[in-house]
Amino acid sequence: MKTFIALAAATATVLGTAAYAQDFKMPVQARQGQFAVLAINLGILGGMARGATEYDAEAAQAAADSIVAVTMINQGPLWPEGSDSMSIDGTRAEPAIWENLPDVLSKFGDLTMAAQELQAVAGTGQEAIGPALGKLGGTCKACHDNYRTPE
Amino acid sequence: MLRKLLMLAIPAAVIAAGIGLWVTAPSTVEAARFEALSGDAARGETVFTASGCASCHTVKGSEDKLVLAGGQAFASDFGTFYAPNISSHPEEGIGGWSQIAFANAVLRGVSPEGQHYYPAFPYTSYVRMTDADLVDLWAYMQTLPADATPSKPHDVGFPFNIRRSVGGWKFLFMDDGFVTEADSELERGRYLVEALAHCAECHTPRNALGALDTARWMAGAPNPSGQGTIPPLTPDKLDWSADDIAYYLETGFTPEYDSAGGHMAAVIDNFSKLGPEDRAAVAAYVKALPAP
Repeated sequence: MKTFIALAAATATVLGTAAYAQDFKMPVQARQGQFAVLAINLGILGGMARGATEYDAEAAQAAADSIVAVTMINQGPLWPEGSDSMSIDGTRAEPAIWENLPDVLSKFGDLTMAAQELQAVAGTGQEAIGPALGKLGGTCKACHDNYRTPE
Repeated sequence: MLRKLLMLAIPAAVIAAGIGLWVTAPSTVEAARFEALSGDAARGETVFTASGCASCHTVKGSEDKLVLAGGQAFASDFGTFYAPNISSHPEEGIGGWSQIAFANAVLRGVSPEGQHYYPAFPYTSYVRMTDADLVDLWAYMQTLPADATPSKPHDVGFPFNIRRSVGGWKFLFMDDGFVTEADSELERGRYLVEALAHCAECHTPRNALGALDTARWMAGAPNPSGQGTIPPLTPDKLDWSADDIAYYLETGFTPEYDSAGGHMAAVIDNFSKLGPEDRAAVAAYVKALPAP
């Protein structure tokens, strides 16, 4: 009997955790997806800034516009309470995010501003991209420094 | 089991060695060594940045990277170490120190009171610092703001709380020579990596006593924080070009345009402030690393 109860409890715990993680599948995919969109477009601009690919004003502008578009996404629904790296698998979002929401939001605001500055200069010439990109990269790091679990 | 036994046996052996007094006595630099040198604070700023002092000695998350109030916690197998206050405060910081006291701390891991520091403070790398850089660094650090926060005591259990045993550890593991061979072209990169930026402290695995395993130099290691791993830099694992590495050190962007996180974000903060030639030098060094 005792064994049965222990087994039942263990099963319930496992099922419970699975259901719990399932609840966060969409928001976790969505937030990771938006960062992937950022990375792809940063890659286009970075290649031009480093001279690895030829500068193309239109492509640069489109990439910068896409980055700005990501920063316009309302972040709240993508970061539900309990979807941190201590609670679920498949995320590197530190619990500290939820303990310091005003700081996180202010840092996301810095990303938004840096993206807009990049958007303003991306179409004007190759040499303008590097510094604007560097500034934007700084805002990525500012968050990753404290809020992303190391790999 | 054997590993467990070794983990117990080796510290015991080190303590036994600690009874051999001469081995464990703190050794200091010769006072005359720095007398003829005068520090240049402007040059010292570069040494400070390359050495990453602020990354550990500022309050975690602090925006002002020049207030060296200490307090960051560093977990390890031996206990938790807290970075001390190294601001210019005369009592709580190092403002009251002499240049020679500073040299003994940085190059020998010995406090002004003649006590061993724990090697969480990377003096095993800084021991390779040039005398000129040392005095420039000291000149610069005296110009930084004072902060009155008292240093937090380390949380280290027996037997590691016997400071004298650190003397035995130093006797076994502290070496002022460089680890890799370098020609004149690789010299600057090697100096930055092996002396100032102390990259190996995280990127090289450690033995049971917490000393770097130089046979697996830069081969990657568990993250001392307990979460995840520190990536290997050796050519069998890291396939980035020298340009990729230099760009990463400047911007934090990987070739996939992911961006650096964790403690590496702080390292990038430092490298982004150095000159492009220094980032290129580090990249060249990394590309020249032998496979383990």
